[in-house]
Amino acid sequence: MTGVRVLVGTRKGAFILTADGKREQWEISGPHFAGWEVYHLKGSPVDPNRLYASQSTGWFGQLIQRSDDGGQTWEPVGNEFVYDGVPGTHQWYDGTQHPWEFKRVWHLEPSLTDPDTVYAGVEDAALFRSRDGGKTWQELPGLRHAKGHLWQPGAGGMCLHTIVLDPNDPNRIFVAISAAGAFRTDDGGATWQPINRGLQSGYELPDPSAEVGHCVHSIAMHPSRPDVLFMQKHWDVMRSDNAGELWHEISGNLPSDFGFPIAVHAHEPETIYVVPIKSDSEHYPPDGKLRVYRSRTGGNEWEALTNGLPQSDCYVNVLRDAVAVDSLASCGIYFGTSGGQVYASPDSGDTWTTIVRDLPAVLSVEVQTLP
Amino acid sequence: MIRVKLPTHLRTLAQVTGEVTLPVEDPVTQRAVLDALEARYPVLRGTIRDHGTQRRRAYVRFFACGQDLSHESPDALLPAAIATGAEPFLIVGAMAGG
Repeated sequence: MTGVRVLVGTRKGAFILTADGKREQWEISGPHFAGWEVYHLKGSPVDPNRLYASQSTGWFGQLIQRSDDGGQTWEPVGNEFVYDGVPGTHQWYDGTQHPWEFKRVWHLEPSLTDPDTVYAGVEDAALFRSRDGGKTWQELPGLRHAKGHLWQPGAGGMCLHTIVLDPNDPNRIFVAISAAGAFRTDDGGATWQPINRGLQSGYELPDPSAEVGHCVHSIAMHPSRPDVLFMQKHWDVMRSDNAGELWHEISGNLPSDFGFPIAVHAHEPETIYVVPIKSDSEHYPPDGKLRVYRSRTGGNEWEALTNGLPQSDCYVNVLRDAVAVDSLASCGIYFGTSGGQVYASPDSGDTWTTIVRDLPAVLSVEVQTLP
Repeated sequence: MIRVKLPTHLRTLAQVTGEVTLPVEDPVTQRAVLDALEARYPVLRGTIRDHGTQRRRAYVRFFACGQDLSHESPDALLPAAIATGAEPFLIVGAMAGG
């Protein structure tokens, strides 16, 4: 029977939430990797039983786990992330140059066509790829040549957190890096160009339209229109209709255009979702009301979705990888909060229910639509 | 045989319970013990020492015979009681809370 599997990464382990197509009754398994931070886990689009998870702690470093049975059992695979050659330096907080140092894997993006190929976005910012199911990892070093010496860490670290694969062109990949910006390759990762024209960072950069240095929080794409990208920036919600060549703002009537995640409806490429947060220092919803905002016009005109979400005294955050959409006929939307709640909407955001409400702080949410 | 006590999370990862015992030839040093440990349990590579530099991770400590040996050279001889197996070599997750 058709169903969904929601993969939740938290500060203290991973949880797997499953339901049938009605999405009313949920089974919860976990914690997997108890006590470890799970920044992200995600399934292969071509083999739903193949999952990858990023597991780390400050004590014992980084591990990558792989499952071949939909998360029932896991196997540690390769955890050696070595920058290609001499990685050089990037900008440091005090204006000096600082050597690249691997810290952790923020995001895992399985290939759209091969379950053994998976990309890893890491801190300090770089893109790695494995072609053997996660056993070994090789950097795509061309990315760091895209003015990497000018990148500098933001408060969350200099992390590569977003990887978007173009379903029509296997050589085209989009990535985003905190406090560096968005980048695109058109040759399978050999060379990269910054794609930040149109972004404005008036409060954050001395040159508000600099080529790099913008704090991109996340990027989303609908697979039917890979040239149309939606971005939640540090401030501003943005859109590009030409694969990132030029961006324009679509914040419109949002109560705040600060936030972390952005997502696109599975069947309506002009329907997008954001979760506004009050400001860069007040990482909680405006007015204590947890509201997902939906635009059915590709931006600018937004409506608050509140039915089933707390509308008073709510001061949680929703992180960049913590919103996901399923592809059932009635599109489901999911998100997790810093307060440990995971919410689900089986009807495109019109109504919400709480799947689970007391997990550790949620770092990421992904969903698989199962046959 | 050298006796090694792992912290809980690394015991889980290595799928062991209790102490680990390892044959280590002289000279018995931190490096020799960790090399033997990682050879027996490859999954521990990178969790105690950095992959590239082989330096102890910041929040890992090495205790033995009531002493903190974390800052000793990895090639310094461990106490005789470790080498004979009379005492365990302790790998500890450092206090790093708030």
